[in-house]
Amino acid sequence: MSKASQNQTWIILGATSSMARAFARDVSARGATVLVCGRDMDDLISTAQDCLARGAKTAEPCAFDARDTSSFAPIIDRATAEDGVINCAVFVGSMPTQNTIDAEPDLINGTVQDNFTGPATFLQMLAPELESRGNGTVVGVGSVAGDRGRIGNYVYGSAKAGFATYLSGLRNRLTRAGGHVVTVKPGFVDTAMTWDVEGMFLVAAPEKVASDIMKAVTKKKNVIYTPFFWRYIMLIICHIPEFIFKKMSI
Amino acid sequence: MSWKTLDTTGWGRAHRASGDVARPERASQLKRLLEKSAVPAFGMRRSYGDAALTSDAPSLDMTRLDRVLSFDETSGVVHVEAGLPIGDLGRMFAARGWIPPVMPGTGFATIGGCIANDVHGKNHHVVGSFGQHVTEITLIQGDKTRVITPKNTGIFQATVGGLGQTGVIASAKMQMAPCKGDLMVLTERRIDNLDEFFVAFDDSSADYTVGWIDATAKGANLGRGVLEESEITSGVNPGSGKSKSVPFNAPRWALSAPIVRLFNEMYFRRVPASGRTSVKPITDPFFPLDAIHNWNRLYGKNGFNQFQCVVPLEATNCLRIMLERIAASGLASPLAVLKKMGAGRAGYMSFPMEGYTLAVDFPNRGSAEYLVRELTDLAREAGGRIYFAKDGLAQAKQIAGMYPEQEAWQQEVAKADPERAMETDLVRRLQLRGAPAEADQPSQDQSKMSQGESA
Repeated sequence: MSKASQNQTWIILGATSSMARAFARDVSARGATVLVCGRDMDDLISTAQDCLARGAKTAEPCAFDARDTSSFAPIIDRATAEDGVINCAVFVGSMPTQNTIDAEPDLINGTVQDNFTGPATFLQMLAPELESRGNGTVVGVGSVAGDRGRIGNYVYGSAKAGFATYLSGLRNRLTRAGGHVVTVKPGFVDTAMTWDVEGMFLVAAPEKVASDIMKAVTKKKNVIYTPFFWRYIMLIICHIPEFIFKKMSI
Repeated sequence: MSWKTLDTTGWGRAHRASGDVARPERASQLKRLLEKSAVPAFGMRRSYGDAALTSDAPSLDMTRLDRVLSFDETSGVVHVEAGLPIGDLGRMFAARGWIPPVMPGTGFATIGGCIANDVHGKNHHVVGSFGQHVTEITLIQGDKTRVITPKNTGIFQATVGGLGQTGVIASAKMQMAPCKGDLMVLTERRIDNLDEFFVAFDDSSADYTVGWIDATAKGANLGRGVLEESEITSGVNPGSGKSKSVPFNAPRWALSAPIVRLFNEMYFRRVPASGRTSVKPITDPFFPLDAIHNWNRLYGKNGFNQFQCVVPLEATNCLRIMLERIAASGLASPLAVLKKMGAGRAGYMSFPMEGYTLAVDFPNRGSAEYLVRELTDLAREAGGRIYFAKDGLAQAKQIAGMYPEQEAWQQEVAKADPERAMETDLVRRLQLRGAPAEADQPSQDQSKMSQGESA
């Protein structure tokens, strides 16, 4: 309860995505200071205005590019200017289709930067500040695709897997300083990324994912699947013996 | 930005369309899409018939463009993207002392849809229609973006209530109304017949009034129902109620005549004979059905049609005949509403006129179609009109003359969209923009009809 009464600042990376927007609305409704970070400044200005209208104490757009580490420090400086608790939610990511990557293997670097090394570098720079304040929550959005490499999107999946492993280590580090890390593994979510992807099922609304994340933050969950049943779907997929799995195309 | 082929339906689920749909999430994407080609846009598709449908042609889903772009706490002017549901706006600002001056029967309707249909609320007799409170519209016409205000008379009046034909509404500014809080005092009392309803509407001094009608009642009980009067009061709603959902399509018998009669009897008796008053969260009286998600499934997989008309004040006999036909048909559902409207309207094709509006849902069964067409003719003969946001069944010849400013609208629309790229299924079905040039036969029919009307 004491935490809720303190000033909360949320850095939201990848704030142009629909999941991030929904989450920004949730933290705004709780009166947080919101820094919406991404590349499309015009769009971020609109989102920041929307956060203000929905109850944010303040809301500002910040330029962030996962592939440009020089964009990181100004955001961290802006956040540390605020008193109270600093939190960060990472919604950054990109998902070129496996076929596109097969045709152009160089795309792997960018995919790994967007989904893993970019946000990890940012969090690595932010971590000392959270440690010194002795609080704060990091939300890292991975994907169920990171739980096992599949023929359909194993480059994206492996980048997300790397990020999940990083978050696990960061949790280990921040927990002993009083902070917390939530790893979020969404299943299929109805976003621009998945709009024209075929074969989707059990698709969740971004608002549902955002509210699941908020619950996980409040309850200090470590790893959540959203919607929850993806935990069981992935449990089954992860337990298929490799000699069978390698012949499957799911 | 990508497209995918989607099957869509209107809220009544009796009308369907299939076409390519893109769903932009950023204003810049919307602009880019429309630069390539002008296409119609839709929101939450809460229009009952085919007003929001486009068959065999691309269209845009606007629901992800749903942000508040600015809000002036002192003047109450809010600028929002077109895909924002109006109920969200109500929930966001009511506790801070501002409320959308006009809210339709569902909070899920988007601002773009509220403008394109110039919707009305239970307070229409006091504040007029939605469009009368809109101060600015950002309209995208292909590769042109225009900001229009009520001073741009022609294009503004063609856009408000204009069914999306003048361009895609990207965002709009509106003047909110100050309010004391987000609670409402709701008074309900039984009304024993139609004449009593007319008297009750005349006597009511409430800001928000609406009558529920038992459309199955006959004889001396014809037009009986419950009058709901409400006012906003101070105080803040402590918490939001839980919503329920209809998980699957109801079977056909669920809305059969005996069950509807029984339900209506109970619904009527639910209100004590002496009436009752209660305090409710603001969204309850505004959006009674929104508490049940997917309530349209109650009508089963075939869906339903709603008939809504408005007739002049003196046409009370027309309403009586309509109710007699409806009761005799055994097709009515529990959803029937009567309201006295004021004269307020903001566009050439706006629905409201001073008079009584009657809305009744009918399951989508064979004979309902004929009944709705018959009711449509009755409305026209009485000098009234039907509401495009609800309609899915009328024929082009039936609506000729209902909208006296249709020609002015057609001229503005022809200027705004000469290629007819914005036509939706409803606009085509009712030939609202005039018959297509290449089809000679229907065009002759329509000119005959309009001559007949003016003679």
